[in-house]
Amino acid sequence: MNGLVDIVLAPLQYGFMMRGLAASVMVGVVCATVGTYVVLRGMAFFGDALAHAILPGVAVGYLVSGVARGPLFWWALGTAILTALGIGAVGKETRIKEDTAIGIIFATMFALGIALISRTQSYAVDLAHFLFGDVLGVSMGDLALTAGFGGLVILTIVALYKEFLVISFDPILASTLRLPSSLLNYLLLVLIAVTIVVSLQTVGIALMVAMLVTPAATAYLLTRRLPLMMGLAALLGAAAGVIGLYVSYYLGIASGAAIVLVCSAFFLLAVLFAPRRGVLMGRRARAESREAPSA
Amino acid sequence: MSETRSPFGRRHATHIPDAPILEAVGVTARYNGRVALDNVSFRLTKGERVAVVGPNGAGKTTLFKVIAGVLAPTQGEVRVAGHGPRGHICIAYLPQRSEVDWNFPVTVADVVMMGRIGKMGLLRYPGRQDHALVRRCLDIVGLAELADRQIGELSGGQQQRMFIARALAQEAELMLMDEPLTGLDVGSQESIFHILDALREQRVTVMVATHDLNMAAARFDRVMLLNRRLFGFGPAAEVFAPDRLREAYGDNLRFVQSDDGLMVLTDTCCGGDRR
Repeated sequence: MNGLVDIVLAPLQYGFMMRGLAASVMVGVVCATVGTYVVLRGMAFFGDALAHAILPGVAVGYLVSGVARGPLFWWALGTAILTALGIGAVGKETRIKEDTAIGIIFATMFALGIALISRTQSYAVDLAHFLFGDVLGVSMGDLALTAGFGGLVILTIVALYKEFLVISFDPILASTLRLPSSLLNYLLLVLIAVTIVVSLQTVGIALMVAMLVTPAATAYLLTRRLPLMMGLAALLGAAAGVIGLYVSYYLGIASGAAIVLVCSAFFLLAVLFAPRRGVLMGRRARAESREAPSA
Repeated sequence: MSETRSPFGRRHATHIPDAPILEAVGVTARYNGRVALDNVSFRLTKGERVAVVGPNGAGKTTLFKVIAGVLAPTQGEVRVAGHGPRGHICIAYLPQRSEVDWNFPVTVADVVMMGRIGKMGLLRYPGRQDHALVRRCLDIVGLAELADRQIGELSGGQQQRMFIARALAQEAELMLMDEPLTGLDVGSQESIFHILDALREQRVTVMVATHDLNMAAARFDRVMLLNRRLFGFGPAAEVFAPDRLREAYGDNLRFVQSDDGLMVLTDTCCGGDRR
């Protein structure tokens, strides 16, 4: 028993672990909450692309002001919001299919980012840093930014719950109820953008989409109501953050990867054992409901 | 002009008493680059029940979306109770069941509550009155016991009744039902007509897109024969004349001479539920 307590407590003597845990929990919660809409609206590719498209913004911030975290955050935020709105507009206005447009913008921006970073001396190290995150390097200032903007995202999702629900479930109803659908759609893109920036240091660009999609998809398999799905996704995201960081500490593997792998493990368990939508239990439930159909 | 406030601070048009509930004047609409509606004009009186028939691609859904103010006509005008549709929140469009994500994590009551959102206002949550109204609407359509079911667990007829309950919760005065009868068994169709009869007493105007010409002739006040342009609008006996039907449907309709001399009409364009 003592051993287990030691295992849990030992890493906590380090300030960087405490800050890393706080960041992981916050990022897990925010990503999973926003991710609920990413999953329900089929926007995984958009999320992945947007995360990658931040790179040139980060690179410029890095070239201009060095490793200082504060300016990097704002550069990333500006790039993310502009790209999100740009993708939203392109998908609407052109004859090209939306995913093609996203693919082009995503690759262009990512290449631009790599080109910029490749001008620096410590090219490989810097790039790896942005791609895979560095949760143990989180400062108190970073935590404050994460908490502030993450809180704003959650607050917006809660405040506009019924509006986001309707534009996601039935856009025509949103239109006949005269909701400002286009404004709400853009706002959702901006929320995804902010979420990605807030999570940049914890999971990095390359694995961002996993944090957006995997906990929400896991919750989707386990619940049939949106508020529950959001709450459960947030819980799973936070748990994955904590467990992943411990795994990373004891096994010496990259923290972002560890967190994502824990998310994937949760998802796999849900796929196998979810009561209705799962492979094993779901089959049994479906067989039973076929025998006793509801009138 | 007196108006009521909308949730987002815009204003909703009030109804002009003597204006027809729905009037289309020379409505032309393009959809994906081709003409989906060509110079369509008609007028509906309050409380009327109208069937809209025509082959697939006739523009029935487009017509409904233009009436609901979801699509803008390229020419012409739609007026609902005297104003353009975009000023109203009393128009309900009931989607085709094949267009709905039935795995979406919402319950039957959640979906019906969505009808209230236009009246609730920004940053507000449903109040006691909203919940009570949702329960009443579910009662009317006979789904009270299934209120907490996830929507995918409902049968086709129940799914359709859920959308009627949502339109009721919206306090809709004009309901546009997009193929509500397609793929339903006779019993489910009857229960929907039962609800529509009750709506008629409340003077709710209903337009129903359907492929069932017999049903259209038997159960509706007037029928509208549409294939991009209007081929007829009036009593079924008049509109469903073989020549007119042949003109509107082209090759999509077969005429069979049966033993007792009646024409049996077969709409060959679509088979049942497209899901």
